[in-house]
Amino acid sequence: MLALLRLTWLEIKIFVREPMGFFGSVAMPLIAFIALTRVRAPRIPARFAAGAGGGFFDAAFVPVLASMLIVVSTCVSLVTIVSVYREGGILKRLRATPLQPVTILAAHVLAKLLFTLITVSLLVLAGRRYYPLGAEFPVVDFVLALLITTWSLLSMGFLIASLAPTTRVAQPVAALLLYPMVGLSGLFVPVSTYPERIAFMVNPLPMTRGVSLLTGIWHGQGWIAHVGDVGALAFTFVLCTVLSTVFFRWE
Amino acid sequence: MPPVIQVSSIRKQYGRTIAVDDVSFDVEQGEIFGLIGPNGAGKTTTMECVEGLRRPDRGTIRVLALDPARQARRLQTRIGVQLQQAQLQKRIKVKEAVAFWASLYPDSVDGDRLLERLGLADKRDAWFMTLSGGQKQRLFIALALINDPEVVFLDELTTGLDPQARRAIWELVRGIRDRGKTVLLTTHLMEEAERLCDRIAIIEHGRVLDMGTPSEIVQRHCAEQTVILVVEHEDAEAMLRSFPCVESVQRDGSRYTLSGRHADFVTRVIQGLAAHRMHVEEFRTVAPTLEDVFLRLTGHSIRD
Repeated sequence: MLALLRLTWLEIKIFVREPMGFFGSVAMPLIAFIALTRVRAPRIPARFAAGAGGGFFDAAFVPVLASMLIVVSTCVSLVTIVSVYREGGILKRLRATPLQPVTILAAHVLAKLLFTLITVSLLVLAGRRYYPLGAEFPVVDFVLALLITTWSLLSMGFLIASLAPTTRVAQPVAALLLYPMVGLSGLFVPVSTYPERIAFMVNPLPMTRGVSLLTGIWHGQGWIAHVGDVGALAFTFVLCTVLSTVFFRWE
Repeated sequence: MPPVIQVSSIRKQYGRTIAVDDVSFDVEQGEIFGLIGPNGAGKTTTMECVEGLRRPDRGTIRVLALDPARQARRLQTRIGVQLQQAQLQKRIKVKEAVAFWASLYPDSVDGDRLLERLGLADKRDAWFMTLSGGQKQRLFIALALINDPEVVFLDELTTGLDPQARRAIWELVRGIRDRGKTVLLTTHLMEEAERLCDRIAIIEHGRVLDMGTPSEIVQRHCAEQTVILVVEHEDAEAMLRSFPCVESVQRDGSRYTLSGRHADFVTRVIQGLAAHRMHVEEFRTVAPTLEDVFLRLTGHSIRD
């Protein structure tokens, strides 16, 4: 436990020292968000006034999309870091210590969760200031839902990192797997409108469950209504964690 | 007392390549034992089997009476490991690495004092990426020693370092042994093997060619000693040839190279020179080295 906390704190500090680390993951999305909303602000309210219809016209569309994109880019960055660590022999060196792979996983996930939380919180604050409609939402519940979603998706990223042989493969594979999942997640077009077969495949995916959870919570729905989503996300987390511990490659 | 490390008949195969083939050796408490051989000879694979990072296909290994493959967790707290070409996070600070490594073990030594001993005290706040090659290696030694291990593994410790840094590291390794620890190291540097190791095993193509103290091995395979001298004397060549134990004489102007295998070869040559009242302008002995042994055993130089 001490090792986990120390490693988490260490990875946070190291990440902040990266030239693109803190700036790229925290400041950039914020700047982009403010810039975009400043430009688009006069037109946004009319389009989003439609409320909870799902898709582009849903009031939750922008916040959920922003959240998902942050989570996915965090995921890709996690995959990259783990494969860089492996190629650099850092993991191999750690293997010769009593450290467990699950501790390394947990430390990176915790560090990434923290940065996701900071980024999204800043976005929410910026949104309150710059984004006139849809600013009334259950902040604490939304952040909690986001943490659950992030945790689940990061475990998927870690599984990809455990399986991918090199950084050159890991990064594009992660991007190719994760971004389309966001595309199909029901964020842009509600899953209910999909052909049955595709809906069947897409429904259990953590992206889909995450979008459903985040959108619902944004609209003030209760947790009871989303037990299934949380369950599916938790299941993904357990499954991916177990698999990545089994398949974890130190070198 | 049983040997600290016992390796018997281990074999490790990757696909069709046999990396380690029937390797056996024992390492006693408090000695520096070197696995010597060219790159790709199987030294690192052997060492990683002993460390518990790899499982041999055949054979048995005991380290501190534990099986590294099955009892890795119990062993890890009692050994210290430095891996070939290891890296740390680029922007980790020296003191952070030491503190983190210390937190991984139930018991650890004082990190600050360790850094001081390894000459890294003034680099405590430096990022890993800013350290020189020698400093990085010293940091890896520090990490290998942080849990006060009984056995220390050092893989190609001084590769890529300049001679000065190399000598400093040798001193550190001797210091580790002098505190009663057992050291298993690999190197492809014959000078390092000769100067640092109490005993060595020469490995090529995954097999042990010979084992013993460096001087035993040199004696066994290259008993021939050489004296090079400069003498201005008309009949020098004939006189030198008449010395007992001189087996061959080569002449290059007034420079003569004598060689022989007798244990007292050099003394006999000096006695002969004195007896003939020869005026010697230059005198130098060339003792065979492990480099010569390697050449003789394998038919090629270690750097080929």
